[in-house]
Amino acid sequence: MTLATGMPAGAPKEGFRLSMLIYDTRFRAITIQVVVLIAFLLLVGWLVDNTIQNLAAKDKNIDFGFLWVRAGYDIEQQLIPYTNDSVHGRAVIIGLLNTLLVAFFGCIFATIIGVLAGVLRLSKNWLVSGLMTIYVETFRNVPLLLWIILVFVVTSETQPQPNAFKITQAMVDSYATEDTSDDIYPEASKMLFGTVALTNRGTYMAAPLLSRPLGGTEVASIPANFSVLATLAVIIGSVLTNRALLRRARLVQEDTGLRPTTWWKSLLILFAPVVLLLVAMGFHLEIPVFPSNEAGVSTGFNFQGGFLVQHSFTALLIALSLYTGAFIAEIVRAGILAISHGQTEAAFALGLRPGRTMNLIVLPQALRVIIPPLISQFLNLTKNTSLGIAVSYLDLRGTLGGITLNQTGRELECMLLMMLTYLIISLLISSLMNVYNNAVKLKER
Amino acid sequence: MKKTVFLGALAASTVIAGAAFAGTLDDVKARGELICGSNTGLTGFGMPDANGEWIGFDVALCRAVAAAVLGDPSKVKFVPTTGETRFTALSSGEVDVLIRNSTWTYSRDSDLKLDFVAVNYYDGQGFMVKKDLGVSSAKELDGATVCIQTGTTTELNLADFFKFNNISYTPVTVQDDSEAQRQYLSGACDAYTTDASGLAAARATMADAESHIILPEIISKEPLGPVVRHGDNQWGDIVRWTFNALLIAEEKGITKANIEEVAASTTDPEVRRMLGLEGEMGPMLGLDAGAFKAAILAGGNYGEIFEANIGSSTPIGLARGLNALWTQGGLQYAPPFR
Repeated sequence: MTLATGMPAGAPKEGFRLSMLIYDTRFRAITIQVVVLIAFLLLVGWLVDNTIQNLAAKDKNIDFGFLWVRAGYDIEQQLIPYTNDSVHGRAVIIGLLNTLLVAFFGCIFATIIGVLAGVLRLSKNWLVSGLMTIYVETFRNVPLLLWIILVFVVTSETQPQPNAFKITQAMVDSYATEDTSDDIYPEASKMLFGTVALTNRGTYMAAPLLSRPLGGTEVASIPANFSVLATLAVIIGSVLTNRALLRRARLVQEDTGLRPTTWWKSLLILFAPVVLLLVAMGFHLEIPVFPSNEAGVSTGFNFQGGFLVQHSFTALLIALSLYTGAFIAEIVRAGILAISHGQTEAAFALGLRPGRTMNLIVLPQALRVIIPPLISQFLNLTKNTSLGIAVSYLDLRGTLGGITLNQTGRELECMLLMMLTYLIISLLISSLMNVYNNAVKLKER
Repeated sequence: MKKTVFLGALAASTVIAGAAFAGTLDDVKARGELICGSNTGLTGFGMPDANGEWIGFDVALCRAVAAAVLGDPSKVKFVPTTGETRFTALSSGEVDVLIRNSTWTYSRDSDLKLDFVAVNYYDGQGFMVKKDLGVSSAKELDGATVCIQTGTTTELNLADFFKFNNISYTPVTVQDDSEAQRQYLSGACDAYTTDASGLAAARATMADAESHIILPEIISKEPLGPVVRHGDNQWGDIVRWTFNALLIAEEKGITKANIEEVAASTTDPEVRRMLGLEGEMGPMLGLDAGAFKAAILAGGNYGEIFEANIGSSTPIGLARGLNALWTQGGLQYAPPFR
């Protein structure tokens, strides 16, 4: 403005005046953006300053030192060793691993359920498509928290207590007599040849054990088990060898028109080395049993041996998979409908059956439409695992944002750390999925 | 997008700005209402009754403080807090005082910047099991599944107890008392652990109360008491001396029923000072002269409050034990009112 008044009337058009920042459409957009940006930065600065001042007024500071202090509490589900003597930082990692575990299996199951339901909803069979519509609509329209609690209550209240599996003195006495008609049996019994026991505390399952393990070592107090690594290496090797075999078969087929028989070779390559290795290491199952005294009467409170899958985990996994699966079903359906019907008709004209048409023609093209919204469903599922707090599942929210926050009183630090962690997990998932998306998207040359 | 961020930041900043506070006494007087952090519902200690009226042992102390400060025991707003939210609610200024079976510990006093001004209940952590489990001592719980409420001192004590006795357990961490009871009753855990008073309160509400036993081991010291923010000493003194007045009233035999009579006839100088008949005791703390008389009138003396809410005549049936007056072999001892 000041510049403008200093200029003589009828100044050359090229001259820049400050008023042009507002009145000239070439500059106006930039001006507005700069002003908004400055205002936003000021606001952020004021927020941070306010937080620091308020903390100082309460005589508190921001200090992450608590992560190296003894935690003192126990966690029921731990993927790497942890005791109450471990530090809070390790408890946070235990929680993070529990979050990732449920998110990993949740994404897999949700995708399977979603693709099946999405395809079946388009079925010409009235009953099948109707059932899928009911599934999608009920799960999409009821809050996830309610589903988690419902599944948890159903799984934990309908199963027998571990006590019901116990053999009492009266039962032992009844077996001692010749007469088998008066024998008393425990109220509940294990399933699948005695390897699985469903109780109201969780599912006790047989644990795979090795009698001649290859040993292991610890890297940064995370155990590395050589037996597991060796098994994984053998499996990867087998898969690669099998691929080479199939490639060879294809070359032969292209060359001669005759495809050599490969199925028994594939089976042999895929399974023989792994089975041999496991037998060599003495693979066996440890079956969960109640400890008993010499008379055969069960003692103790819980099954010993095997491993326990907590109902909190099962319930969270089932509810998350079914809930997110309903959304994925809609995405898949939309993706399939986006493919022109002409494609299907062309495939039928070539003589392809409906199943192969779906697998070979429609789904690969639909993937391009499906993947971008699928990413956000995976992100939603991962973030929704924090609802596990409702069923006492000790994930990141339960350890870092729950017990650690409580015992140390460091709310701000814990919340910031937790937000940062979820942010990083989400960014990792979306970047991985973007890589996949770039691989399948339409290549324009 | 930018607008959303902006509005979100604005909302967040108002929340933070609201947390600044002046003297609590002036705030309470200006508001005309005491905001008391309370339990989400623990029978006998603090829960709303059928009419929505808050009752209980801790609640009675809140009412006494309200009577001392505002002259009316009904001018209290109760804010239910969980084990997780209680200290945040206090230090952010959401409540004026927290009276919610909270254990006085070193780190809460120092690191959380809180002040425990009194101990209104001396407690200890215990275990409850079903009778048919055949367990008579907590040391027989090797391998058991134990339900604990998260965000409490109990989960740390529990880990220490099992470690010290070299036995193992599976923890089931639950959010609040009612969920813990549900899991315990459905058999999802063998034992339920919390403060012994809490166990007695929980058992009182169970349909088959006689088929549950509380094991004899008390594995920790749990001095429970009212908490205020660090740094507002005047407010801390008000809460502390309101509680002490209730103790002295019991010691001197002053009850809700006979207080007017005592006030008219007493010659005991300490009682006369406390009831505001001589000296300037109330005004020293910025209160009315009759403040402590009003506090005693609110729910009676300490003994009356105990008997009415958690005593042996109630379903909870707690004995005075450590909480008897010092003259009767207990620990409750008030400094002189002078």
